[in-house]
Amino acid sequence: MAAYVIRRLFISIPTVFLVVTAVFFAFQVIPGDAARMYAGDQASVAAVEAIRVELGLDQPVSVQYLSYLKRLVSGDLGISFITRRPVTVEIGTRFANTAILAFGAIILSTLLGIFMGVVAALNRGKWLDYFLSVLAVGGISIPVFWLGLLLMFLFSLKLHWLPTAGNATWQHYIMPTFCLSVYSVAFITRMARSTVLDVLGSDYVRTAQSKGLREKIINMRHVVRNALIPLITTVGLRFGYMLGGAVVTETVFAWPGVGRLLVIAVTQRDIPVVQGILLVFASMFLLVNIIVDVLYSVADPRLSY
Amino acid sequence: MSTIFDRLRGRRLTGVGTIGLIIVSLVVILAIIGPYIAPHDAIQHNLKARYAPLGYTDPEHGTYWLGTDQLGRDILSRIIAGCRVSVIVSIFAVFIAGSIGVSYGLIAGFVGGWVDQIMMRIADALLSIPFIVLVVAISGVVGAGIVTLILILGFTGWVTYARVTRGEVLVAKELDYVIAATVVGQSKVRIMFQHILPNVMSSAVVLAALQVGVTIIAESSLSFLGLGVQPPSVTWGLMLADGRASIGSAWWMTTFPGVAITIVVLGVVFLGDWMRDVLDPRLRGE
Repeated sequence: MAAYVIRRLFISIPTVFLVVTAVFFAFQVIPGDAARMYAGDQASVAAVEAIRVELGLDQPVSVQYLSYLKRLVSGDLGISFITRRPVTVEIGTRFANTAILAFGAIILSTLLGIFMGVVAALNRGKWLDYFLSVLAVGGISIPVFWLGLLLMFLFSLKLHWLPTAGNATWQHYIMPTFCLSVYSVAFITRMARSTVLDVLGSDYVRTAQSKGLREKIINMRHVVRNALIPLITTVGLRFGYMLGGAVVTETVFAWPGVGRLLVIAVTQRDIPVVQGILLVFASMFLLVNIIVDVLYSVADPRLSY
Repeated sequence: MSTIFDRLRGRRLTGVGTIGLIIVSLVVILAIIGPYIAPHDAIQHNLKARYAPLGYTDPEHGTYWLGTDQLGRDILSRIIAGCRVSVIVSIFAVFIAGSIGVSYGLIAGFVGGWVDQIMMRIADALLSIPFIVLVVAISGVVGAGIVTLILILGFTGWVTYARVTRGEVLVAKELDYVIAATVVGQSKVRIMFQHILPNVMSSAVVLAALQVGVTIIAESSLSFLGLGVQPPSVTWGLMLADGRASIGSAWWMTTFPGVAITIVVLGVVFLGDWMRDVLDPRLRGE
């Protein structure tokens, strides 16, 4: 197991390297003078040139790339153009807020999605199945930011049950977490329903049925357990959606997280912060998927590494 | 491609499939003829009728069936006008993403070996940055606009197609008649296009249908954040951004554009689900 984890981490090194390289060069080709952006509009030409030398922007791109890599290895993501604080600090102070939101949403949507999908499949063709399926289609069709606005209108402005913005109390977590979960709950419901239906049609379930096993035992021991295994991988991929959805959800609820920081940084053209967030999100995604792969190998004894 | 349409035509539409087809056709028609049948000019200000409620009748301009926004523009006409941006952006972006992704997956899967390894590693790297995050980062820094948005959505959204197509190619390569074609000495290019591509197209078409919905939501999210389509172009995302500040007083400004997006995406999902069941049941869950 340990060997597999290490190998899995090792395999992801080239991926991380590619992401880093892409993120560096993507922002090389876009128009705009970074030294001028950093110095501000009022700065004199001399001041801009001084900053250009200080940031190493007068060097050839290859030299800049190498020093960028060197700084990354030592955990330095650069300095924000706007606040002049290290990007690691900008992201670090908000990271926990986004992580709580994303992990909360992924847990909620996995549990709820699997539950709804399994219930729908076991009641195939009955009204409960139709009801849950309609709910699921609605969930993947409704845009997150609109849902957020509707919830805010209903629960904050009309009913005064929940606060609108920020993350001061536990009540603040309810709407953003729910909002971020809806799409994935729906997605996982649909997928769980179809995998359970696949398993219900498989030979070993038919064997269990012809043996005369009680339906409940078949469903629990054979159907649900086997259907859940392929869903584990989906959950890992869903995590990427959670980080993307966090960008929109955090903006709607004025949530002090990394997603909202990205929108702010992007509108201010604060490139070091944007680059930093891309790298942090990509690493989180890769890490979660390594964990998911390891869990998968634990859950499915047919796989050995 | 023609065989795909033949197969779709051969199947009866299901209930939800019909609803999906009706919604999608309606939106496409509105995108084409919308401005000619809309009751008002979608960008015409009427400062005497700002935040007018539903059914408000202005002596000069007539009735605003779904109310007006902060500049007195007709919500109904703007929703009709918004169809055009949604349709144009989603069709072109999906077409670009699909073409790149299918070609990429076809080459990776067909050539195989280290080329495949490297190509899929690159795809994985791109996939590790969440789609919306990548699009927000690029569009914010490059600058917004409809053409830019189409290009960004197209050039970032291809990875899913590449992965699915590659998987299908690996299966198709082992089919008897493909092996037979190799044995009789057909050229690799001919095998790739004549024998393998038709086999993988139905998955790509189903995926494209489902991706249209994702693209519509992505476009409206970006426009909502101010990073997508810019005024005076009319989009549902921008309308929602306009209505956000006055959600407590002018609820119609946020309600109707949101309903429009949801219904259209619902229609696309219904149609996509039906296409998937007919063409490619294995894609469930993609």
